Amino acid sequence: MIKVGEYASLTGQEASFGQMSHHGTELAMDELNARGGVLGKKLALLTEDNQSKQGESKTCADKLISRDGVIALLGEASSGRSLEAAPICQEEKIPMIAPSSVDPKVTETGNYIFRVCFISSFQAKVMAKFALGTLKLKNVAMLTDVGLPYSVGMAEYFKPAFLAGGGKIIAEQNYTRGSTDFRAQLTAIRAAKPEGIFVPGYYTEAGLICRQAKELGMNVPIFGGDGWESAKLVEIGGEAVEGTFFSTHFSPKQKSAAVQEFTKKFTDRYKVEPDAMAALGYDSALLLADAIKRAGTTDGPKLREALAATKDFPGITGSITIDKDRNASKPAVILEVKGGKFEYLETINP
Amino acid sequence: MNGPGPNSPRTPDRSFRPKIILLAALAAAGVLGCFSGQLGRYYTGLLTKVGINIILAVSLNLVNGYTGQFSLGHAGFMGVGAYTAAAVTLFVGPGILPPAGAAWHDGAACALFAGALLAGGLVAALAGLVVGAPSLRLKGDYLAIVTLGFGEIIRVIFCNIKSLGGGLGLNGIPRYTSLFWVYATAVVCTYVVVAMVHSTYGRGFLAVHDDEVAAEAMGLNPTRYKIVAFVVGAFFAGIAGGLYGHDTLSIDPKGFGFMHSIDIVVMVILGGMGNTPGVIAAAIVLTLLPEWLRPVAEYRMVIYSFLLIVLMLTRPQGLFTWRRKWKQFQA
Amino acid sequence: MTEFLQQLINGLSLGAVYALLALGYTMVYGILRFINFAHCDVFMVGAFVGYYAVTPFTLSVATIGLSLPVNLHLGTHSVASGVLVLLIAMAFCALLGILIERLAYRPLRQRSKLTVLITAIGVSLLLENVGQLLFTADPKPFPELFPVREFSAAGLNVSTNQLLVIGVSALLLLGLQFIVLKTKMGTAMRAVSFNHVASSLVGINNDRVISFTFGLGSALAAAGGILYAMNYPSIEPYMGILPGLKAFVAAVLGGIGNIPGAALGGVLLGLIETFVNGSHYSTYTDGIAFAVLILILLFRPAGLLGKVEVEKV
Repeated sequence: MIKVGEYASLTGQEASFGQMSHHGTELAMDELNARGGVLGKKLALLTEDNQSKQGESKTCADKLISRDGVIALLGEASSGRSLEAAPICQEEKIPMIAPSSVDPKVTETGNYIFRVCFISSFQAKVMAKFALGTLKLKNVAMLTDVGLPYSVGMAEYFKPAFLAGGGKIIAEQNYTRGSTDFRAQLTAIRAAKPEGIFVPGYYTEAGLICRQAKELGMNVPIFGGDGWESAKLVEIGGEAVEGTFFSTHFSPKQKSAAVQEFTKKFTDRYKVEPDAMAALGYDSALLLADAIKRAGTTDGPKLREALAATKDFPGITGSITIDKDRNASKPAVILEVKGGKFEYLETINP
Repeated sequence: MNGPGPNSPRTPDRSFRPKIILLAALAAAGVLGCFSGQLGRYYTGLLTKVGINIILAVSLNLVNGYTGQFSLGHAGFMGVGAYTAAAVTLFVGPGILPPAGAAWHDGAACALFAGALLAGGLVAALAGLVVGAPSLRLKGDYLAIVTLGFGEIIRVIFCNIKSLGGGLGLNGIPRYTSLFWVYATAVVCTYVVVAMVHSTYGRGFLAVHDDEVAAEAMGLNPTRYKIVAFVVGAFFAGIAGGLYGHDTLSIDPKGFGFMHSIDIVVMVILGGMGNTPGVIAAAIVLTLLPEWLRPVAEYRMVIYSFLLIVLMLTRPQGLFTWRRKWKQFQA
Repeated sequence: MTEFLQQLINGLSLGAVYALLALGYTMVYGILRFINFAHCDVFMVGAFVGYYAVTPFTLSVATIGLSLPVNLHLGTHSVASGVLVLLIAMAFCALLGILIERLAYRPLRQRSKLTVLITAIGVSLLLENVGQLLFTADPKPFPELFPVREFSAAGLNVSTNQLLVIGVSALLLLGLQFIVLKTKMGTAMRAVSFNHVASSLVGINNDRVISFTFGLGSALAAAGGILYAMNYPSIEPYMGILPGLKAFVAAVLGGIGNIPGAALGGVLLGLIETFVNGSHYSTYTDGIAFAVLILILLFRPAGLLGKVEVEKV
């Protein structure tokens, strides 16, 4: 039995991320076991819920590593929580693969920490490129969540990229996660008359922001990053999120055979379409299995070597090559919200 | 409020041999520290949490229990201490520590850590003074809300200080906390609090608790006592924060909100306000209980809050208070 | 100028919700001299009652194999059903408030203040956690109860939701003033808050009055919850905590125990918060409410409209 640990936000404020990610990982694990497991042994997935709470991821990691004896840790979707568990994995020499944490600091923690997604700096550049190129916006306003490291990181990288492309940032406002009233900030932004608004936050606030912007009569394009990806965005934002855009790692509508097959399997089993978190959860598990096979062992240091040497691994979120910073260099997809669904718009390569 | 009962349970305890007990407890902490390597990080982590909560609960007990001032902002002081201590080790440390291989690196690191903790405690104490001085004129409910408010203000301030990480907080804090540090501090904290209260000066806390106006009429300055209790409580909360930061290696403002303050308050209530051994027992139980209840984690908080209400209705003196102390809560 | 006016409207609509909540705090404090920490959670329950009144759900009890789908068939986007939902929520929460008072607070009437305070915290935590258990912690989108239209004139944008909030709050406030000043029960409330020993001596049933006060305050909280959810359509079990604290600050600002004061405090706080939110210091918004609280308690503890009470020994 090879024990693999997973920690995710299965309940709480970001339950949406954790549950999707967990479904993806679970699906991958079951598929691997159906094919006979890895190195002749079956894989056992041990999952711990951190309740989207600060401080809990550390306990989850402690428990999984020292009490349950897992050989690797999968998690998390949120950079802040990944940062809690990373030092422990690094200290204990247990490889950790974060499915969708985009803040650069996560992998900077140590050489045992990997991720299968791109990082904020890239994603923010993608959005800047999209805003300048496709949406042809000459100036934008930014509404950042200063309580969220992910959001702050995205904003930090977006600014220089947008300015370098000849754009102007004419208004910058902030809010903190959990706020529900953004009218004041939006009113201030409205006064500056931007051509678009960049909102690199999470889906709950993004939905409300779009709604309130609409109520204030602002009809300019609003766009964000992969933190928007959740069915709840449409539930909360309603009609106000029609015509908004966001970047993410994956779209179930992409035309490749592998994506379509994965989407069908996932939808059949979980009755919802997979999103980026699910796809990345899936890829992180498959990558781990592949690395175990290449290393020929579950021994920490050797497994780490195998992970670091990953080249062109065919994930359904794209070809994964782990670079020297242990990040994956991959294309981003832009989705547009149309008719209450996320429609695939374009792919932007690194 | 409560009046002193006929069986006043607080006669100076002649059998209290403070210094011997202190030394014995410190030695025990040292022994525990030696064993910490064998326990595996899950259990070590748990014991560390327990120890930190003991410090927090005992220090809060001085304010809430003995002096009767309802403070709901204790976690805020913990946060101040955590940030200060982390700032010292992260920003000052690299400048003055010898390189890792050097002979006296460990000793220097220890000294640095002690210094960082002390700094954390002192800054937290200062915060306690700043918060306490204006607010302690207020009574019961108002004080509770104001302290809660201060806790939130502290959190908002930290969220906005970019050099201390802002919303992301501080990461990469070196792991200096060990079971020895935690339990040695817990022992010292308990000793200080108990010794303070049992001294002649310390009678003042109890007098203020029982009836402020009467105390004032007797020549005590209740506000002064309240402030002292507050500052001492904040000092230890700050040290607990420093220990916490160097154990979890990553702190952010959200971890020191009022929910956390309420957790500590519940420990004090469960243990029995003003009952130090009870409070310690409560801290242990309430730290371990959530872990044991992990399988039914979603019911835990419901049970928790339900118990709190039932406790207040039936046994307001706390679960761990026996015989003599309960009379005073009959008011 | 348009920005200022727009922020004014935003502030008023936020302030109206704070005012409704603050009224509950102030009334209970006036009568019992204690802060009902659980008030903000009744606010949350009101919002959820509103949600479940129009969303079909399944009542399931695993242990006895019960699974009962419930659908009240109340539509959305109509004034009639909107008013009905509001009334249902207010009635439900009034009962809830009375129940809480009867079970958790009344037995402790003779005990020390601290005991009751802690019990209130316990009730608050209980409501929040039961809420988390029943409704799960992820935010739910609140449906549009009333038909929503947006008006724009002279660069200002107002949504009917915002107007509704201001309008309904004003109506409820007037209703409250009427009850307190012109009805027998209202006079009894004022008597009990003035001196509860004397009031029982003149034949007032204190218990009944207190129950009524709790019910009234809770009904207002429920209304506040629904109005708040209409404007910020994302509800979750912990949604009441921050608005509750701010509403309490508003009550203190206006003078705790003073009904017009609570309304004034609510509106003022809403305005202050909105203007700070729109400035460059928006990340300090949450702290502003508490800063206001501390300033008021330091310089004018009786609040703007309160009278200074001297403690008799």
